[in-house]
Amino acid sequence: MLEWINDHGMLAAIFALAGLSVAFGALLGYAGERFRVEDDPVVERIDALLPQTQCGQCGYPGCKPYAEAISQGDVINKCPPGGDATIAALADLLGREATPLDGEAQDAPRVAYIREDECIGCTKCIQACPVDAILGAAKHMHTVIADECTGCDLCLDPCPVDCIDMIPRDDDVDAWRPPLPAGPGHRPTALLIASDRAQPSHTTRQEASHG
Amino acid sequence: MSLMHQSQVSRQPTDTGRVMTWLLLATLPGIATLTWHFGLGVLSNVLLAGAFAAGLEALVLRLRRRTVRPVLADNSALVTGVLLGASLPPGTSLWLILVGMVAAIVVAKQLYGGLGQNPFNPAMVGYALLLISFPAAMTQWAAPHGLLSPDGLSLGELLARVTGTSSGMNSGTGVDAWSGATPLDAFKHKPDALLASEFWASNPLPDGTQAAWRNVALAWLAGGALLLYKRLIGWQIPLSMLAAMGVLASFLYAVDPSHHGSPAFHWLNGAAVFGAFFIATDPVSAATSRKGKLYYGAGIGVLVMLIRETGAYPDAVAFAVLLMNFTVPFIDYYTQPRTQGHARPNRGIKVTRLDDEEAS
Amino acid sequence: MVKAFDFPGGIHPPARKAASTQHPIATAALPRRVMLPLGQHVGQPAEPCVAVGQRVATGTRVARAQGLISADVHASITGEVIAIEPYPVPHPAGLNELCIVIEGDGIRDDWALLPSLDWHSAADDTLYARLNASGVVGLGGAGFPTQVKARVRERHAIDTLIVNAAECEPYISADDMTLREHAADVLEGARLIARLSGAQRIIIGIENDKPEAISALNRAIAAANTETVEVTLKDFPARYPSGGEKQLIKRLLGREVPSRGLPADVGVLCHNPGTLRAALQAVRDGRPLVSRIVTLTGEALTRPGNVEARLGTPMIELLAAAGLDEARLARLVMGGPMMGIELSRLELPLVKSSNCLIAATLDELPPPPVEQPCIRCGACEDACPAGLLPQQLYWFAKSREHDKAELFNLFDCIECGACSFVCPSHIPLVDYYRAAKSEIRAQAFEARKAEHAKHRFEFRQARIEREAAEKEARRQARAQAAKRPSGIAANSTTPVPGSTGRGHDQPAAADTDLKSLRIAQAAAKAAVRKAEKVLARVSQSTGSKGQQQGQSDGEIEDLEVQLATARENLAAIEARLAAAKDAAADATQEPAPQRRSPDTDQERTP
Repeated sequence: MLEWINDHGMLAAIFALAGLSVAFGALLGYAGERFRVEDDPVVERIDALLPQTQCGQCGYPGCKPYAEAISQGDVINKCPPGGDATIAALADLLGREATPLDGEAQDAPRVAYIREDECIGCTKCIQACPVDAILGAAKHMHTVIADECTGCDLCLDPCPVDCIDMIPRDDDVDAWRPPLPAGPGHRPTALLIASDRAQPSHTTRQEASHG
Repeated sequence: MSLMHQSQVSRQPTDTGRVMTWLLLATLPGIATLTWHFGLGVLSNVLLAGAFAAGLEALVLRLRRRTVRPVLADNSALVTGVLLGASLPPGTSLWLILVGMVAAIVVAKQLYGGLGQNPFNPAMVGYALLLISFPAAMTQWAAPHGLLSPDGLSLGELLARVTGTSSGMNSGTGVDAWSGATPLDAFKHKPDALLASEFWASNPLPDGTQAAWRNVALAWLAGGALLLYKRLIGWQIPLSMLAAMGVLASFLYAVDPSHHGSPAFHWLNGAAVFGAFFIATDPVSAATSRKGKLYYGAGIGVLVMLIRETGAYPDAVAFAVLLMNFTVPFIDYYTQPRTQGHARPNRGIKVTRLDDEEAS
Repeated sequence: MVKAFDFPGGIHPPARKAASTQHPIATAALPRRVMLPLGQHVGQPAEPCVAVGQRVATGTRVARAQGLISADVHASITGEVIAIEPYPVPHPAGLNELCIVIEGDGIRDDWALLPSLDWHSAADDTLYARLNASGVVGLGGAGFPTQVKARVRERHAIDTLIVNAAECEPYISADDMTLREHAADVLEGARLIARLSGAQRIIIGIENDKPEAISALNRAIAAANTETVEVTLKDFPARYPSGGEKQLIKRLLGREVPSRGLPADVGVLCHNPGTLRAALQAVRDGRPLVSRIVTLTGEALTRPGNVEARLGTPMIELLAAAGLDEARLARLVMGGPMMGIELSRLELPLVKSSNCLIAATLDELPPPPVEQPCIRCGACEDACPAGLLPQQLYWFAKSREHDKAELFNLFDCIECGACSFVCPSHIPLVDYYRAAKSEIRAQAFEARKAEHAKHRFEFRQARIEREAAEKEARRQARAQAAKRPSGIAANSTTPVPGSTGRGHDQPAAADTDLKSLRIAQAAAKAAVRKAEKVLARVSQSTGSKGQQQGQSDGEIEDLEVQLATARENLAAIEARLAAAKDAAADATQEPAPQRRSPDTDQERTP
């Protein structure tokens, strides 16, 4: 048998390769089972990247359903609140190509604001709010808990008297952030007192020095 | 950021341009001694390499549409050129130097993004490329005829040699004047049957070769001392590199003194001192934490000894440095200092997964 | 390699303190008009409690603290409130902030003092209230409300009070001068705070380049040695930044404040001499914080020195009184040259955290040269007092690799500027770190918010589900109640919405259905228990530790929502289970039981 195989070099090669592939395949398969890392289901990881606005602009009733849809092959560019950053993160996670946003990008984070004297207390916005961020009872004025509002716009349409505005979110974090320096080859910013300063300061100085 | 700067108060040069200028100054003793022993060929190397370096840097910067002047003013290209020039055999041909500098400046440095971005030591990339591609030309060292000796190369001969108008080694003063080998080279290729003492007794090298190399090493040491004094380099890399070489050489010498060089032999020959103070300490491509620098230097020392003892090349600083350049990210990850307020230093980069966060 | 009682790194910048220590502390002229920003401290801005047109005396409270970490603001002159509007304040980006503007005549100075208290005998709560009502904040530059810091005893055991008189930053000499002239007050203030915080000993840390202050302190200590609290003075060679809180603690006690922790975590409280004096004045004299000692220095001033100035005084008035030569003035810096902020105008008000104003000439503090590439020389690592790798952090901050920057302990950076000081490439390293830190914080904030929204959404879904399930169960119960007497006919004609055509009402299917519901119920119960446990653990740990109050509050709220979600889920499943049991009971009696579709049930299984 061995001699016969040795005589047919081609066969020897084929057997050797086949044997190796079976052996390594078995090894890999075993390793894959033995050392398998329990991973988060991909839906959870997609969901973690979505902004959780629950706005439904993607056509799904919330972020989790959209995450499920993405995992089943839906496109990743349907999330206007997340914008390009979210698309890039999703593309990175899923190994897909980052495509331009489908729809209008939202710039600053916003919150809903109810003009309370116009509100008639119809509770329609309360039912529409995906995160229970609107307080109020029937026939009583409603108000938005600004901290809980995700800025999803879902309360705008149901309102029969159009008394809800979207206003820019106001919180400390967005107030001012120190900018990243321009990098090598640029002069770091320095606030030099300009010599052509406004005149009043001179007068103040004279007043003060006389006084 | 601080509105004050060290440059206002310290003896330490605190500007990249000035750092590099001091580095150039520190190479002067070494270059002078090399020239004194090996003739004008050293100077022609250094000058040509420096000129090519600056020219190529300017050319690439222009191609990359960067401002040329401030970048050239940091002198880093000049340093690369001088270091490479000083490590080439005296009187190397213009064309070889050009090839080396293209590899060093264009490929190893600018293609990676310029100063500060290169993972490999540019000068050593150029040197290694030349050594591998032109082994014959790169292993022929001039005999130490001295700068003024009549046996040395005259200016005209040198010129012809450098520009390649003479047909290389076979013309002019003949093979003898140029077929020198470094002591390392000679010792490496000594017949196995010969003991070390017998080998040296047979005067295998032209007169004064050993002394010349020793003087050169000491001159580099003097330059290195200047760098240390000026705090341009840390003590970690030179010390750990030379110490590692010393330990390994002592061990081998103790085991079999007849076939291995003594530690002093290894320190004072070849590019050990030069490499320890001027090449391995290139901060851009070296490990960056203090502890990492120790490991990095020691790694170079070990590799140098390994290649010298068992490899195909008589000297190995270039390869050792390049090999250790590969390990720098690894070393950096595992030698982070302990930050105040932490029980122990970080070890490497951890991958955080979502499920880890959930579990915690 | 680092000695037990020392911190790594550090630098030796030129001190340049001599100019401002030649003369005793002067009193600045009473300003005609003051601008009092509402956010002179760390934490939430105060809320105005006066109206435009109201007359106020010096020391009247004009704005009230808001929230947990905040401080009152008091009128610093006698006069009339003429505006409550946003004005430019000292800020790195030159932003505007709501200010209360008071105009007086520059002469009248009526004080509205609080009653004097004896801190030896007064109750703790009285003292806390007094500190709170006096608007005392840390005067060293950070501006942390002293009252909040004093209350640290509620959560931590404090054994040592450190008086941080190191004043390591160049130029600044306010603490030095305060100690020279008011060492006894500072010491008594320290005893007051030590009593409040329960510290058994007081250590004064001072750099040994302030011999006058040291001898003044020694005299004061000797004069008051009858006290029970042990006071020690420790001087050490000057090295920047030994006045950093964590560095000073390490140097004096050899203790390391844990990463992201507070000095209180190692039983230490740190206070600045000026703050201690202000605290004492608030208690002993009933005098709220309306003035502070500020160093006026720089080569553009002909008469540099320290002055005690009213808060809200326009800086230009102080500088002019110190002989400002505007032609030579190139940069105005509030704070020290290492950590201070540059100001672009001279009309800004003096605030509680302005310990120093440097009117520098162009030669004195030249503008930074062009940033050059990093060559990883490691000079910054040698200078870093926190044991970081600034060169690595720089790369990560520059390329916005925030996760790596955090792994390299970006948040342990104290922004002291030692790395920028030594960088041969003139890289504004701290600017990079600040940018990266604020970006990371903003991202974390967004992530928390998104997580919270997600939990609330899930809760809402669960609630809707439960309501639907209960409604369905009720409907079914009604249907069955109606059916039992009337007979079988109704069953087959009222299919339950959502039921599929699978399995024609076989008891076996109903059994598996019940089984899966029971499994789901068990799982839901487990989820509720787990959520309860996590909530209990977190609320307990925050109760005992409680650093980032606001953050942990948010976390607890979030966990509560998760617990509620789990409960809703459980309720929904129980309602459904009850319905299914009824149906199963019916099914055993009758051939055509009602039951819910297993498909929808499986959806509910968590």
